[in-house]
Amino acid sequence: MATIDDPRTIEFDVRTDEMLVNMGPQHPSTHGVLRLVLRTDGEIVSEVTPHLGYLHRCAEKIGENLTPRQFIPYTDRMDYLAGMNMNLGWALAIEKLMKYEPPEKGRHLRVIIAEMGRIASHLVGMGAYGLDLGTFSPFLYAFRERERILDLFEEVCGARLTYSYITVGGCTADLPNGWLQKCEAFLTQLEPIIVEYHTLLTTNSIFVKRTAAIGVMSAATAIDYGTSGPVLRGSGVDHDLRRDGEEIYTAMYDGYAFEVIVEKNGHYPKDHDYPAVPREAILGDCWHRFYVRMLEVMQSIDLVRQAIDRYSVASGNYGEPMKLNQKLPKGEAYLETEAPRGQMGFYIVSSGDAIPWRARARSSSFCNLSVASELCRDCLIADVPAIVGSLDIVMGEIDR
Amino acid sequence: MSLLDQLKEKFGATITGANLENVDPWIEVAPESIVAVCTYLRDEPGLAFDYCNSVTAVDYVHTDEKKAAKSEWQPHLEVVYHLFSMQHKHSLVLKVMLPRWKGDEPGDLPEIDSVAHVWRTADWHERECYDLLGIHFIGHPNLRRILCPEDWVGHPLRKDYEMPLEYHGIRGR
Repeated sequence: MATIDDPRTIEFDVRTDEMLVNMGPQHPSTHGVLRLVLRTDGEIVSEVTPHLGYLHRCAEKIGENLTPRQFIPYTDRMDYLAGMNMNLGWALAIEKLMKYEPPEKGRHLRVIIAEMGRIASHLVGMGAYGLDLGTFSPFLYAFRERERILDLFEEVCGARLTYSYITVGGCTADLPNGWLQKCEAFLTQLEPIIVEYHTLLTTNSIFVKRTAAIGVMSAATAIDYGTSGPVLRGSGVDHDLRRDGEEIYTAMYDGYAFEVIVEKNGHYPKDHDYPAVPREAILGDCWHRFYVRMLEVMQSIDLVRQAIDRYSVASGNYGEPMKLNQKLPKGEAYLETEAPRGQMGFYIVSSGDAIPWRARARSSSFCNLSVASELCRDCLIADVPAIVGSLDIVMGEIDR
Repeated sequence: MSLLDQLKEKFGATITGANLENVDPWIEVAPESIVAVCTYLRDEPGLAFDYCNSVTAVDYVHTDEKKAAKSEWQPHLEVVYHLFSMQHKHSLVLKVMLPRWKGDEPGDLPEIDSVAHVWRTADWHERECYDLLGIHFIGHPNLRRILCPEDWVGHPLRKDYEMPLEYHGIRGR
């Protein structure tokens, strides 16, 4: 602590002790119930300690007391902004254990639903991130578009948030008549709007100033901390489980034309159509993480279109949901899928009963958040929301 | 040469077993050599397991005496490591068998060396494992509960865990 020798200087003296500042549990930037303890020296943050566990809904314990199909509604509630993708992850992990392969039509159906889920989730990620940085309109616009996706999902399964639609063995129902046309119409309408979002955020000079060269994470750090999804790809690591994952998962995307969204030699795939990377931005900063997410929305639109074409001509049915109390084969399986926020892994140990012996969820946000304390070292207090927001965390997935 | 043979040649008897029949084949490592094996797996260029997907554990104990008498295994804990290589795009499952309690003394947590310095991500995974399954990771930089409150008693994912009837005046059950 500074000492004051001359009392006349007292009013000019600035106390420079460290201070502990609590952000959250309900701070708007903490996306749910997260508490960040910041150790600050004036405006500079020297240490950030995240505290979890405010939701802690015992998901894994519940998984050990229910059959896999009964557990599906609980996976909805993990990443509640991408329930469909969570359903898919759990269903595929069980199918891997059972060595079951859904029919071709079912796989294309799953691609349509999962990619629509990704668009919805990235829209919220984008809108909420804008809100973290003090811009309100993109948040409203993003939710407007997301509502349309939820309308489509509601027609499919009757729910708007917790779907339980994709289930072990297939889906609970086929698409209703005329749904594909509505979906295509929505995509056509969404495409030009994405350009607006780029004007509102991606190229907005205030937004660029708040995000470019902030929270820079090297590729090595990203891998070391086990980050995944747009956070990992924002650091320039060319890894996407839709291409590099296990066969049961990549089989869904077999034959689809898509390129992993990651910077290659200073260029992103397709970036000639979209705003170029600003001069201030450094690979691995908040801006890149955001940009990867935005380009992935475009990519998902493209993937849904391809899936619709394949689905309409595929023969057979969409899969047969497994019986509620069907016994699982003995053994264990671990499977990760590319959820909107990154790699969602499920580990199932079965002793031969209908109820798994152990059901473990490894979530992407959990690992993505663990890097926050590294990224926030020596940044400004105002940058903490920018950095934590760029990780696009959902607390339901982190707390189990 | 398969990975199993390679590891056996390098680490000898501390590679205690393997199951190559499972959906995800796994290799069993003795607890004392887990850090050496993990460091080798990460640093050997041909393997380069630089990405740690998950560290978790499974509790094997039957709370029902009838089932326990019929079970094929002795009560134990398994620590499971899921590894991946970004460069070679291959994955590996490692397992370590631990007693449920150190020295069969209920309450004494079983111990294993931490791999948090091999992969930084293991830090939080091990904390979660400690919190929910009660495994002490030696050399962990910050081994504190992560999901339950600091003063919580017991480890909820143990099979014989009993929900407390009262916590700070909040009624359980």
